Amino acid sequence: MADLHYLTIHDAADMLARREVTSRELTHAVLDRIHAVDIQVRAFITTTAELALAQADAADRRIAAGERSPLLGVPVAIKDVLCTNGILTTCGSKMLEHFIPPYDATVARRLFDAGAVMVGKTNMDEFAMGSSTENSAFFPTHNPWALDRVPGGSSGGSAAAVAAGEATYALGSDTGGSIRQPAALCGVVGMKPTYGRVSRYGLVAFASSLDQIGPFTRDVRDCATVLNAICGHDPCDSTSAAVDTPDFTADLEGGVKGMRIGVPREYLPDTLEPGVRALVEEALRALEAQGAAVDYDLTLPSTEAALAVYYIIAPSEASANLARYDGVKYGFSYQHGASMWENMEKTRGIGFGQEVKRRIMIGTYALSAGYYDAYYLKAQKVRTVIRREFDAAFEKYDVIAGPVTPTPAFKIGEKTADPYAMYLNDVFTLPVNIAGLPGISIPCGFVDGLPVGLQIVGKPFDEATVLRAAYAYEHAAGWSTTHPTL
Amino acid sequence: MELSREAVHHVAKLARVALTDDEMTMFARQLSEIIGHFDVLQQVDTEGVEPTAHTLPLRNVMTSDESRPSMPQETVLQMAPSVEDGYLRVRAVLE
Repeated sequence: MADLHYLTIHDAADMLARREVTSRELTHAVLDRIHAVDIQVRAFITTTAELALAQADAADRRIAAGERSPLLGVPVAIKDVLCTNGILTTCGSKMLEHFIPPYDATVARRLFDAGAVMVGKTNMDEFAMGSSTENSAFFPTHNPWALDRVPGGSSGGSAAAVAAGEATYALGSDTGGSIRQPAALCGVVGMKPTYGRVSRYGLVAFASSLDQIGPFTRDVRDCATVLNAICGHDPCDSTSAAVDTPDFTADLEGGVKGMRIGVPREYLPDTLEPGVRALVEEALRALEAQGAAVDYDLTLPSTEAALAVYYIIAPSEASANLARYDGVKYGFSYQHGASMWENMEKTRGIGFGQEVKRRIMIGTYALSAGYYDAYYLKAQKVRTVIRREFDAAFEKYDVIAGPVTPTPAFKIGEKTADPYAMYLNDVFTLPVNIAGLPGISIPCGFVDGLPVGLQIVGKPFDEATVLRAAYAYEHAAGWSTTHPTL
Repeated sequence: MELSREAVHHVAKLARVALTDDEMTMFARQLSEIIGHFDVLQQVDTEGVEPTAHTLPLRNVMTSDESRPSMPQETVLQMAPSVEDGYLRVRAVLE
């Protein structure tokens, strides 16, 4: 039998239903695992053992009463960007180091109602800005596959927790790749749903036209199961789309026979690490062998421009969203200045870390008088061009596939001195946010012991087809049963 | 495009962020480099193209004009660093 801390959600649910294990035992196994390995991995900012055991006992009572539900009694880790009522929510920042929200994010509420057991809040790049979790104001998280390497970011804690057996699944947020990139680097499944699919009520806002919440899981079936629980319109978030939520697990086994897969030339550039290219091409051949029609002739010419679009739009929106941290209403507050303005400026100067300040500066500059048309407005127009290129591609293809990242996990400290080199990590993931599309990262092998991810992107609100392709590949490849040695 | 320290100082003022001297120097260099990469946008033809603010076909989502219970005042004020008589307290705005 597999270790309890490495069960999938569906295996855990089956065992709970058959009364072979209790939620309390399952939760204890995960908490013990956190105790044993988190001193090395450092996936968690806060662990919530007491709450978890109380939730586990409540779940055991519901199971004893005959209730069967896929997430009931199963341990989850939640990224510290999501508000949890009465539980510290730092967003990886000194600014919110002592912030205890008075309400639950809608996604947390939905999981708790479904009987989830929360074991803790995971580490992240401050305000979700970064690709390595090194921008956490508290400590970096280590990649469970190679402890001297980054887990990716910004949801690095959530990805590492699932990879290391410190949670059965996790939630993260993805603004330019912050779920898919760490999922790839940690060898787990991670999905960013369509923009508008999941309510963001209670998500600490970074870039509101790009942010989306999604799951980290051990396999594609689990990913679909978590999506079922978190998707759907929410009156508390008027940007959540009022569209039907299908059962995402229903069509998983439909296969890829006749599915048209486009591979953008721009996603397999000469600069791509050869090991990554080889694995992605092998994965595409596996899909072809299952009956998919893979076409390498797709071109998305604005891929390079997408990086610039992202690094104008995201910081611009961030500079507006983060204006709320003024030291007056909540969060860190500098109080020793001579004036209100001095207090506010010092609050922000001391409370924000360097990457956050860097992005606030870029955004403020891009929105400032005399530059708005050249930067922000131009970026929004190029955004339209990018979306049209995807729309045209989806007239010919059912999904688009390629690598998630240009390289496997890099060393801790390797890219911290050069912000632009760090930004290049997101070159294949951020166009998907710009166009508002659903995208998944699934493990497709290892280069020198480091996981590599395959990205599959779909039409708006067509997560089902993305999941069906991912499931077909996963079952052909069988990576999801591989775990790091810790 | 080179950003001067004066320009960085001006932007920091707009953003209400106090920067140290070292940060001012570092950001002048880094922001110049990052903004330099934005030139690639000028190669994309956007003649007659409308801007996209977000990707959903949503506009002016309205909620019904009804009063609903909100969070208790004390819950909200509990999070504030400085409070007086049910108000948030700050230093004088006008001198």
